[in-house]
Amino acid sequence: MSMSEYQIEREIVIDAPVEVVWRTITEPDQISQWFADKVELEVKAGAHGYMGFGEQGGPVVVETVDPPTRFSFRWNHPAGEEAVAGNSFLVAFTLVGEGEHTRLRVVESGLDLLPWADVDKQQYAEEHNDGWGEFLDRLVRLLAERT
Amino acid sequence: MRAEPDDDLWAAIADPSRRRVLDLLVHRGEASASWLARQVPFTRQAVSKHLVVLEQAGLVGRRKEGREVLYRVNTDRLDQATRAMVEIARQWDRRLDTIKRLAEAAYTEARSAAPECPT
Repeated sequence: MSMSEYQIEREIVIDAPVEVVWRTITEPDQISQWFADKVELEVKAGAHGYMGFGEQGGPVVVETVDPPTRFSFRWNHPAGEEAVAGNSFLVAFTLVGEGEHTRLRVVESGLDLLPWADVDKQQYAEEHNDGWGEFLDRLVRLLAERT
Repeated sequence: MRAEPDDDLWAAIADPSRRRVLDLLVHRGEASASWLARQVPFTRQAVSKHLVVLEQAGLVGRRKEGREVLYRVNTDRLDQATRAMVEIARQWDRRLDTIKRLAEAAYTEARSAAPECPT
C-alpha cells in the first residue's frame, strides 16, 4: 500500500467456519444485507457490478476473489471511469479460519488524489511509518483535550 | 453515498507528510513555514506545498505578523475531518457486526438442519 493512502482497518471474530463467512461477504443477496441496498455483482475478478444506496449508487469492480480467504473490490470511483488506485476506495476482506471461528478483517483504503512524487515523501514515509489509524486515535485524543 | 468529508479534505490528510505538518501545528498552536521546515526531514519547498493544500482544504489558516506569515490549525474543520473518519470506522464496525450476525445465523441454521455426528 502506498503510504499516502488513507486506511481504515477493522476486525471481528465470528462464531462460524470460514466457508460460511465467505458466503456472507460474497453472495449478492447477503451483501445487500450488510452493505448496499441493491447489489448487482458477479463474484469474479475483474467483474463490473453496481451497488445502490437508496437513491444513490455507483459502480463497483471486483478485484480479488480467492476463496475462502481473500475478497476485494473497488468502489466510489466516478461513473464511466475505470477504477484505479487514484480514484476509488479499495475494500479488502481477509478471512482466517480458526476451527469453528473465523477472524474477519476489513481494510478500506483509498484516494491518493494528489500524488506527491518527490523523493522527500518517500524518504519521510520510510522514516516515519505513521499509520492512518494511529493518526486518527491521536486526533481524537487531541480534540477531546480541547473540549 | 456515505458520510465522508469532501475530496479536498481527504486529499489533504491522506498524505503522511501533511499529517506531520498538521500535527506540528496542532501542538505548536501557530508557526511559520520556516519553523515547520526545521522540524521535518523534507524541504521548505515541500512544507510550503503542504501548507497550500492544507489551506485549500480549510484545515489551516494564516495571518501576517510583520514580515512573517504564521499558520494555525482551523480546529472546527479538523474536528469535522476527525468526526468523518471516526464515522467511517464506525460504519465498518456496524457492517462487520451485521456480517457476524448473518454468518452465525446461517451456521446455526445449517447445523440444526444437518446435525453433525458426534465423533
